[in-house]
Amino acid sequence: MKCFEAYKVRNGDASKLPAIEVSSLKKAYGKLQAVDSISFSVDQGEVFSLLGPNGAGKTTTIEILEGLRERDSGDVKVLGMDPWKQGDALHKRIGVIPQGFTFLPYITPREAVNYYASLFDVKVDADEILRIVLLQDSATSYFMKLSGGQKQKMGLALSLVNKPDFVFLDEPTTGLDPQARRAVWDVIRNLKKEGISVLLTTHYLEEAEELADKVAIMNKGKIITAGTPAQIISEHGSGEKIRVRANQDLADYVNKTTGLEVNYSDGIVVVGLKKKEDILAVLEAIGKSGLNWSDLTVRQDSLEDVFVKLVGSKIGDEGRTAQVN
Amino acid sequence: MGTFKRIRADLVSFARSYSRSRIGLFFGLAFPVILILLFGAIFSGNGSPATVYVQNQDSGPVGAGFVTALNSTGAIQVVLVPPSQNLSQYLLSHSSSDGIAIPSSFSTNYETGQPVNVTEYWNPASSTSEGVFGITSGIVNAFNLHRANGSQVVNVQTLTIKSSSYKYIDFLIPGMIGFAILISPMFALTNISAQYKRDKIFKQLSLTPLTKTDWLLAKIGFYILMTLVSFVLMTAVGVYAFGAQITFTLWIIPFLLIGPFLFVSLGMLVGSVSTSVESAAVVGNLITFPMMFLSGTFFPVSTMPTYLQNIAHVLPLFYVIDGLNNVMIYGNYGAALTDIAILLVISVVIFVLAVRFFKWRED
Repeated sequence: MKCFEAYKVRNGDASKLPAIEVSSLKKAYGKLQAVDSISFSVDQGEVFSLLGPNGAGKTTTIEILEGLRERDSGDVKVLGMDPWKQGDALHKRIGVIPQGFTFLPYITPREAVNYYASLFDVKVDADEILRIVLLQDSATSYFMKLSGGQKQKMGLALSLVNKPDFVFLDEPTTGLDPQARRAVWDVIRNLKKEGISVLLTTHYLEEAEELADKVAIMNKGKIITAGTPAQIISEHGSGEKIRVRANQDLADYVNKTTGLEVNYSDGIVVVGLKKKEDILAVLEAIGKSGLNWSDLTVRQDSLEDVFVKLVGSKIGDEGRTAQVN
Repeated sequence: MGTFKRIRADLVSFARSYSRSRIGLFFGLAFPVILILLFGAIFSGNGSPATVYVQNQDSGPVGAGFVTALNSTGAIQVVLVPPSQNLSQYLLSHSSSDGIAIPSSFSTNYETGQPVNVTEYWNPASSTSEGVFGITSGIVNAFNLHRANGSQVVNVQTLTIKSSSYKYIDFLIPGMIGFAILISPMFALTNISAQYKRDKIFKQLSLTPLTKTDWLLAKIGFYILMTLVSFVLMTAVGVYAFGAQITFTLWIIPFLLIGPFLFVSLGMLVGSVSTSVESAAVVGNLITFPMMFLSGTFFPVSTMPTYLQNIAHVLPLFYVIDGLNNVMIYGNYGAALTDIAILLVISVVIFVLAVRFFKWRED
């Protein structure tokens, strides 16, 4: 496994100051080095995702950035401020949903938004905010009566009350059903449209792939790779593959005629492609072989494949990693 | 100005939540009123006379005269037991501990001047028995006096201190106000503080301009309002339903302000130092219940043994109830001022401790 200590995400637009800059950040709890010298930066208007299994150090990192935890060492700037020393000023400009967001049971989303507006001493149109987070239909339901997804949306609504430049979302879709998860995704896309930068932690790889402009994969306190999902896949993935259901004879034939790497097991032939034209050569070879074949697909490694390769394990639904043999 | 606005916003939001959870409303407003109705009903009126089982084995006139004398007091109801019965067995089978046995030689001995005993079966732990004993002794003395042809020289005259006599309900009202001041914020705050900590609501609020002092002051403000409403309800029931004789004076106000300030802070302190919702509830109960019973809520502290009275004097609720008694019943404003001073000192100390131990963010 290749580890990148202090991996730096390449800035997309040099004219803007980064919204977040982290370098050599460290935090330990007793003997456990929860965050082990990580560095990254997030541009303004960008959706940045910290990806990793439970215990990777995601929440510790995000809480340090939010000013909720003191770091042991390293430099951290959020919107140009030191989150620990300038917490009060920073909190006026960021929005936060902590992991497992809960709120007062007998408050409605509209009341909660107005309550937050009074606390921040700002004037807001509660219904407009609820519309952005797709919660306008449940504006007058008690928080305790909302579904898991609606509760998260109310958390998102509260994080928007102070018109933040940056929103921190710590596992906003954990424990939600796929439909609710997609609804939260729509909200996050809306935030991006509003020009709000987002730092999102998640252990759902498809979520990061779907939403994030940039991704950093964390494991055991370190960032092991970072970049756009496409960059990561092309850097660590094993390229495009053709997968077809056939027998060993076809595998041998394709290998002989194209010279490409071919694997066969359990009635599945997998051909690794090196360049764009290889796909045509393989198809032609299959056609000429006269052998039986079915279910042909061309696919690229997903972020999940890369993750498994780098972390050596899969992320289960609850975020625990399962060893892959 | 911003602070005031935040406190008001938090108070309004809390009040709305509170009024929507019926449990809070019940324990905060209805429960103390129900208790007043209950205790008021139990202790109002004179009650029915105690039943005493009397076995007269004397066939002469003196024994019969003694029974008549017992009957004529009006304070006890005499039930005659046939001479053939075993009185102690009879009492047990009637679940009673109060019996009087007049021996067969009663008339003869009385007339000849030989000493003779009237036997009283009693339960030393029962206040009824004490009353029966007093009545019996009084009649025995009268019989002795009559036998000696003596006349009564010393008499007892009874007077009450105020123009009107105190009734139990008069003491119950200040006690119940103290009860409401203690119970409602203590239970709510120990629970809320531990629950908000568990659910990370404090952490969430810590990301807003609201400070923990703002938050606590909003709760104190809310419980002061609750106490005022509760005060009006309880005194109205006491006065209109039971004719309680209490003085309404501005001196009551300091107690209605300092009381909630004290117990909101104490509840918060207990919840803050507890590690879980469950342990907060246990610690809260351990503090609340003894304080409730020992501070004169249901029974005047002066009726308790000295060592319990000493304990009562270190319980903050004692000074709330003592002070309310002083201003609402006795009109002893000097003593009330001492209570206010003591309460203020305790409250400020506990408030400072609560703010100190109350963590917005656990770490």
